[in-house]
Amino acid sequence: MSIISSTSPATSGTTTLSQRLTAAIGASILGACLVYFAGFSHIEAVHNAAHDTRHSAAFPCH
Amino acid sequence: MIKRIAQTAGFTGLLAALLLTLLQSFWVAPLILQAETFEQAPAAHEHAAGTAAHTHDAEAWEPEDGWQRVLSTTAGNLVVAVGFALMLAGLYTLRAPTRTAQGLLWGLAGYATFVLAPTLGLPPELPGTAAADLALRQTWWIGTAASTAAGIALLVFGRNALLKVLGVAILVVPHVIGAPQPAVHSMLAPEALEAQFKIASQLTNMAFWLALGLISAWLFRRNRDSHYAA
Repeated sequence: MSIISSTSPATSGTTTLSQRLTAAIGASILGACLVYFAGFSHIEAVHNAAHDTRHSAAFPCH
Repeated sequence: MIKRIAQTAGFTGLLAALLLTLLQSFWVAPLILQAETFEQAPAAHEHAAGTAAHTHDAEAWEPEDGWQRVLSTTAGNLVVAVGFALMLAGLYTLRAPTRTAQGLLWGLAGYATFVLAPTLGLPPELPGTAAADLALRQTWWIGTAASTAAGIALLVFGRNALLKVLGVAILVVPHVIGAPQPAVHSMLAPEALEAQFKIASQLTNMAFWLALGLISAWLFRRNRDSHYAA
């Protein structure tokens, strides 16, 4: 995804491309970790707490 | 830049999670609670052979029905919403929305990636529905979301026909492989309830994603580059 998104006229040039790529990938990984923790974690207490969130979001559950 | 991402994701996640919690409380959660009454009926509580039984660990904490459960679901929604918003805000640093309304397109893409494509193989399930092994389903779900994201990106941003065709191919692959299915399909809740739940879940998630896209694009554009030093 990152390769084809390499030019963006809409974003100002105050930051370099590699900085923006780092930020984008970092934010995506952090976001994925949060979603994984709440939605996919096998820890029983976490599962129970976010149970309704998982069912509602159609994440695999049980 | 990092501050812009964090601010956008934080406030977007908060607002979208509140909307999600509202929709869930009035529409989705009552269906889940209703389904659990079938699950808790002792006579019905047997898992068909070859299906993943859901484990009952007496030790693990579980929120009590009522405010505790609503609160912990709200917390779960918040974590998931901030997580998805972080992905969107991260992508905006590469492809900034030129108009706030473009957020709707990002929201639609998110809905297609994280809800529509996975539910084609693994439909939303009420508690008490037989399903294949959890780890297998989670793997398929994550693979499908990843390939849908890559497929949509190639389709939208690909500069030539070849890349676009490749995008479509990547979109289709997980559905050709097929989602893991239980040996025997069985359900404790009546089918009408399950049908209602599928609609409630799809529409709630669509509203959530459209809100997530719109709010994130709006906030991202508000915190322009000039407001901070890069």
